Amino acid sequence: MIFVNLALLGMLIVCALAVSFTKNLLTSLIVYMAYSLIMTVIWMLLESPDLAITEAAVGAGITSVLFFVTLKKIHALKGDRDHEQAQK
Amino acid sequence: MWQALYENIEQTVAVILFGIGFIILLLQRNLIRKIIGLNIMSTATYLFLASMGYIHGRKAPIIVDGVTQAARYINPVPAGLVLTGIVVSVSFTGIMLALTVRLYRRYRTLDIDQITLMARQEEVE
Amino acid sequence: MSKRRSDWQQRPQARFLRWMREGYAALDEAIEDAVTQPGEASPAVDPELAVQHQEAALQHRHDRSMALDRLAQYDLYNWAVNKGRRIISRLHVLMALLLGGVIIFFLLDTVTFMPRFGAADVPANNEVIARYIEQGLAETGATNLVAGMILDYRAFDTLGESTVLFIAACAVLILLRIDLDDQGNPTQQLIAEESDDRYYEPKNDRILQGAAILLTPILLLFGVYIILNGHLSPGGGFSGGAIVSSGLILYLDAFGFKKAGRFFSYKIFQWVSFCALGFYGAAKAYSFYCGANGLENHIPLGTPGAILSGGLIMPLNIAVGLVVACTMYIFYALFRKGGL
Repeated sequence: MIFVNLALLGMLIVCALAVSFTKNLLTSLIVYMAYSLIMTVIWMLLESPDLAITEAAVGAGITSVLFFVTLKKIHALKGDRDHEQAQK
Repeated sequence: MWQALYENIEQTVAVILFGIGFIILLLQRNLIRKIIGLNIMSTATYLFLASMGYIHGRKAPIIVDGVTQAARYINPVPAGLVLTGIVVSVSFTGIMLALTVRLYRRYRTLDIDQITLMARQEEVE
Repeated sequence: MSKRRSDWQQRPQARFLRWMREGYAALDEAIEDAVTQPGEASPAVDPELAVQHQEAALQHRHDRSMALDRLAQYDLYNWAVNKGRRIISRLHVLMALLLGGVIIFFLLDTVTFMPRFGAADVPANNEVIARYIEQGLAETGATNLVAGMILDYRAFDTLGESTVLFIAACAVLILLRIDLDDQGNPTQQLIAEESDDRYYEPKNDRILQGAAILLTPILLLFGVYIILNGHLSPGGGFSGGAIVSSGLILYLDAFGFKKAGRFFSYKIFQWVSFCALGFYGAAKAYSFYCGANGLENHIPLGTPGAILSGGLIMPLNIAVGLVVACTMYIFYALFRKGGL
């Protein structure tokens, strides 16, 4: 059990570092969704099911959807025009 | 000292994540990555807060079988505080993303250095 | 936007910005203006004086250009733009990492003073928690102690949080709304595909619509179940509202704004948000009034474990769920189209 705890906390740090070291914006977002999902499992291991369900619905759901829609508005998804401008 | 840090491993990792989020907020030039760094900082704070409610051997605060002794459930108060915090975090993420969309429409770039330079040039003219 | 002094153009900042933008050209022009051209001398009657004046002007100009050549060897402007900027940006990265390291170090030092993780005799575990757990079921009627706590003992915090959500929706409305005039054209200077970015996408996508037909009823039903069972099992208004809004967003994505506007228009959003928050305020005002005047609360608590129990907790959960669902949906619609 302690090994699962340590592995999950280690993956949290890896995800947080990976957000800044990828070139593509879309990859950063998907890594952030994975970070939110790992956080959900950690809430469950800390015996707080309310927090787990709220984090799953809000963090990996609504916030990530808002980020994706922003990426679409700034034309940073592949296949859109002005793709290079937003990547800087 | 290392023993104490290893025993409170969740709080240690929460503090490290707070620092990483802060460094992402300072160093990245892209606005979207800055907002992601701010979200990482706030989630790390919630991890720090909620890990104070856990007690070994006790269960989640949902009453089953009519057992209402205080020695059978974990502390429910930090969970309530973090619940409020998560909703406030999604609110300010929404506002910041709206501001980012408006900035992009105005300046056609997402690099904070370029935006500052363009804004200063417009002020001089 | 900011107040500017009237002598801004003479201030050093403005002069530096002009110099940085125009490089040495401004300097050259200033020197050119200071040196009179040969042949433009003052109308001297005496030809000897005119020749002397011309020679003096040429010598003056020669001296000036030699001085400029010596100065150009240092080439301050180029150095500042190329190498100076790189050095300063590396210094900035180093200082940021140092600052982050200092913050992490001091906070880790604080963690060593915290009580042991999972211990039962921490100061955070005092008699308030004992009261909440032991008398929680009898006083609030809710089996889920966290929901009972945030909607009964500490309901004022939840009112503040719902207000924050409402204010966020208002702020995003101000920033992103695009007003339409009578013919449905945007009144602001935006091209058509900026305001509705479904312009270039294929409409009536078979896969998306098939998945939406299958998933939207399940999502809405599940969200309503979580909201209604907030006082009996984990969940509550916030997560249930987020799931309901996910179902609505999926429907909007698959079928477009026209079909979604048939059951969720702007008026419905206004009225639902306002009435839900107003009901929350009224219910808590009733609780405050009863508590302040020593009156008895006449809302029945019911049997614990049944769906109709917990006094006011279930109606408050429904109100909060409605506010959250409307807010998340309006965020999404404002980002996509600038309106509903």
